[in-house]
Amino acid sequence: MQKLTNRSVQVDRSPMTMGEKMYLPAIAKGLGITLSHIFKKKATVNYPEEKRPFSPVFRGLHILNRDEEGREKCTACGLCALACPAEAITMEAAERKPGEEHLYREEKYAAKYEINMLRCIFCGYCEEACPKDAVYLTETLMPASYQRKEFIYKKEDLLIPHPKKTETK
Amino acid sequence: MMLLQLDVAFIIEKLILITVILMGSLGIAMYATWGERKVAAVMQDRRGPSRAGPFGLLQPLADGLKLFMKEEIIPDSSTRGLFILGPCLAMLTALLTSAVIPWGPDYVTEAGRIISLQVADINIGILFIFGVLSIGVYGIMLGGWASNNKFSLLSSIRAAAQAISYELAMGLSLIAVIMMTGTLSLREIVDQQHGFWSDGYFTWNFFKQPVGFMVFLICTFAELNRAPFDLAEAESELNMGFHQEYSSMKLGFYLFAEYINLFVSSVILSTLFFGGYNFPFMDQVQGAVPQFVFVAVCVLVLLTKAICFILFFMFVRWTLPRFRYDQLMKLGWKSLIPIALINMVVTGLVILWTMKK
Repeated sequence: MQKLTNRSVQVDRSPMTMGEKMYLPAIAKGLGITLSHIFKKKATVNYPEEKRPFSPVFRGLHILNRDEEGREKCTACGLCALACPAEAITMEAAERKPGEEHLYREEKYAAKYEINMLRCIFCGYCEEACPKDAVYLTETLMPASYQRKEFIYKKEDLLIPHPKKTETK
Repeated sequence: MMLLQLDVAFIIEKLILITVILMGSLGIAMYATWGERKVAAVMQDRRGPSRAGPFGLLQPLADGLKLFMKEEIIPDSSTRGLFILGPCLAMLTALLTSAVIPWGPDYVTEAGRIISLQVADINIGILFIFGVLSIGVYGIMLGGWASNNKFSLLSSIRAAAQAISYELAMGLSLIAVIMMTGTLSLREIVDQQHGFWSDGYFTWNFFKQPVGFMVFLICTFAELNRAPFDLAEAESELNMGFHQEYSSMKLGFYLFAEYINLFVSSVILSTLFFGGYNFPFMDQVQGAVPQFVFVAVCVLVLLTKAICFILFFMFVRWTLPRFRYDQLMKLGWKSLIPIALINMVVTGLVILWTMKK
């Protein structure tokens, strides 16, 4: 019969020799293998104390950006929600009133901005779609929770801290 | 008349000794569970318990607490009395064996009083150990049978058959040692292995009976129900084996008895074949240091030997796969018993030949 690959090996079915029947040399060999593993590097990482570095393209929790003066960059265009394949993002737009220029950079802003983290697949399309550099994916892992509602992140959860207010603190 | 000779000091002395030995073997058994997990981890490139206390040293306490807190379940269909008796018997026999082991040389006080570091120096120490070991399997059998669970029953049948088969070879390999030493008393056997070297040859029985030691060692693995002979609790075939229906501290007793047995068997192995508390140059050490230091060193030497054996048992457990049942029986009946018999005959011939000279 023609062989399909050259990887197959004929099994040796010859009866065991006296030395092999004693098993002791084979046992000693096995013990040697386990003994050598004592000195090998441990595969375990002591997780909370010691973390493995993320890859440079890692995508974690979202943030909503502010500009240098602490104004929200998001203009509620809805492109992120449109780009989202999991339909995790919902938003409501509102018009900036006079006197609110220090709060929002654009004339239109997101009054409500929610990401459902149970739907999100962390693809990063929202980040790519955003024309205002407002939404970014960080290297933070999503924390666990007991309740579904805790996974719907509001605008307050997503916005980064105000640069000036943190300085004064 | 013996009873009249007992004085209060003697009873107190023995009571203290019993308490120390009991607590000591319980403590060592506790830390053997920790050690087993560490050894397993190290051999599989893991870290093992490291969270409870430094190096995970409080892990045994946490495990014990967990077992105490668990709900106690006694199955309806079980035979209640025997179900409770099983783990008690396992624990009792595990602890009973340590009574005849000489833990160190006699300590002579200044008043000339001899304090023996052996709970009971009975002249049939080896027979006592074998008797108690054979009762030990009843703990497993009762537990498995009283559970009224077919897996437990199968497992206890396996354990009983295994224990009977391997006790034969174990006894035969020991007969050669007894023929050589000419005594059944453990104290005398240890005394004959004094030091390390005398009259141009090693004094330890291991060097006089290497084949007997190998057979005895393999049989000890089988008696302890440890891998590669852990057919009684073969997880993949019998779920958990004879203690499947047990919960809470009854399960704890079974698991704990196993580790106490491990410790006691290691001590017996070092006593019978590796000179017990004897160590090289012990006469020089005895002359150089105060007596209580010497006794303490002797006890530590015995414990070190025992711990080395425990580590070896663990080392083997995490290396070798389990035997198949027919292979187990074949090894016991067709290999170990003939080897032990031949060893016995050869020993007898050598003794006769030396006696003739």
